[in-house]
Amino acid sequence: MMRRYQEKGDVQKKAYYNDRFWVAPQIPKDPVESDEIFAKDLESLKSKFEIKEAYIQRGQMVVYIDPKDNRDVLKHLKEELAYNFLSELSAIDWLAQKGEFEIFYQMLSTSKRKRMRVKCFIKEKEAIESVCDIYKSADWAEREMYDMFGVIVNNHPYMKRILMPDDWQGHPLRKDYPLHGDEFAQWYEVDKIFGKEYRDIIGPENRDSAYVNERDTKHFARIRHEVRFGEEPSKEPTDLMKEYQEEGGVFLIKKFKKDKSITLKERK
Amino acid sequence: MAQHQVRYLQDGGLPVLLTTADKILQWGRSNSLWALTYGLACCAIEMMASGASRYDFDRFGTIFRASPRQADLMIVAGTLTKKHAEFIRRLYDQMAEPKWVISMGSCANTGGMFNTYATVQGVDRVIPVDIYLPGCAPRPETLQYAVMMLQKQIRRESAFQKLKPKRLV
Ligand code: SF4
Repeated sequence: MMRRYQEKGDVQKKAYYNDRFWVAPQIPKDPVESDEIFAKDLESLKSKFEIKEAYIQRGQMVVYIDPKDNRDVLKHLKEELAYNFLSELSAIDWLAQKGEFEIFYQMLSTSKRKRMRVKCFIKEKEAIESVCDIYKSADWAEREMYDMFGVIVNNHPYMKRILMPDDWQGHPLRKDYPLHGDEFAQWYEVDKIFGKEYRDIIGPENRDSAYVNERDTKHFARIRHEVRFGEEPSKEPTDLMKEYQEEGGVFLIKKFKKDKSITLKERK
Repeated sequence: MAQHQVRYLQDGGLPVLLTTADKILQWGRSNSLWALTYGLACCAIEMMASGASRYDFDRFGTIFRASPRQADLMIVAGTLTKKHAEFIRRLYDQMAEPKWVISMGSCANTGGMFNTYATVQGVDRVIPVDIYLPGCAPRPETLQYAVMMLQKQIRRESAFQKLKPKRLV
């Protein structure tokens, strides 16, 4: 599936991605009965828990459960149904559409050679129980989920941010978090190292990758017009290739002479 | 007696070399630029390649040191994240004067392709930079050329000048 082609001639000037909430069309869902092993597993789950929806997509079973059952369902999957790996766990931001997070647990059974996904919805301020005493791999994944989405996990042994700094504000993977960061993010390093009063001295971030200022010799010199820090920009092009060393040479240091260099015909 | 007269000052007979203190000091400094190992991302691979035998940084007297106390030069090779910004400043402050900084690669220069909330948009927001080295990643030759330019700049400076306050702090 490809997105429609859009003219990107002056891509530096305007954002061409105006469909931030574009949702890919769903691939077809099969009934669980079409797979013997999954049908049995679902039977076993249904006998104990409330299953809201279940289907097979791309050969993987997806079941929707009640978020309060998450520990029991995972324990059941591990102990009774031989799903011995929790390979991934995270959240999906549906706040704009439904005011909810979708939490998913991606499971793998090495003996059955099957993958399945357990999903549930929680409200924005709701917390979910930790599963990291059942599956150790949930430890960092739950911390990441908290860091990136702000989903609070109850009874986690070390509920702290994992990727962003501890004093960070905001949860970057939420859809309403700006890609270039909010004000806190944009001034984070300046505020932290120098203090807020240095904001004026250092100035805002330059986020325009096409920005060129030939008069500015404090940041980048114009190529082949290099001058020293803060000096007037030069009009004459400099020939730097001859200039890496002073004319008279440097004591004890050989100077590379282009006319004396040899080009090998073949490798030695 | 006149037969054996040695004209010390003219025939190069005197085993003494005359130079200025500036020149000899800066000559020494420029040829023993010990660099702090500061690999942050993929550019670090090129920095390591410059240090290895094929490109051989030792020819320039540039040896990588793992301690800021022993380093004169910080080659910022890679993407500086906002989380790491305070540590780069701390390590820079721990380096003994005189010290220089080469910002290696687009990421260190401007944030490069990481135009996001988590990347510092150029290390010069945090530490003063002497040489900006363009490229993604710059090849080892480019890094060596940058070091040669820096050596030249150092030789041009006076050894005892009062340290100019650089752009920040
Ligand atoms: S400039 Fe390119 S090679 Fe260097 S750290 Fe950035 S992305 Fe990696």
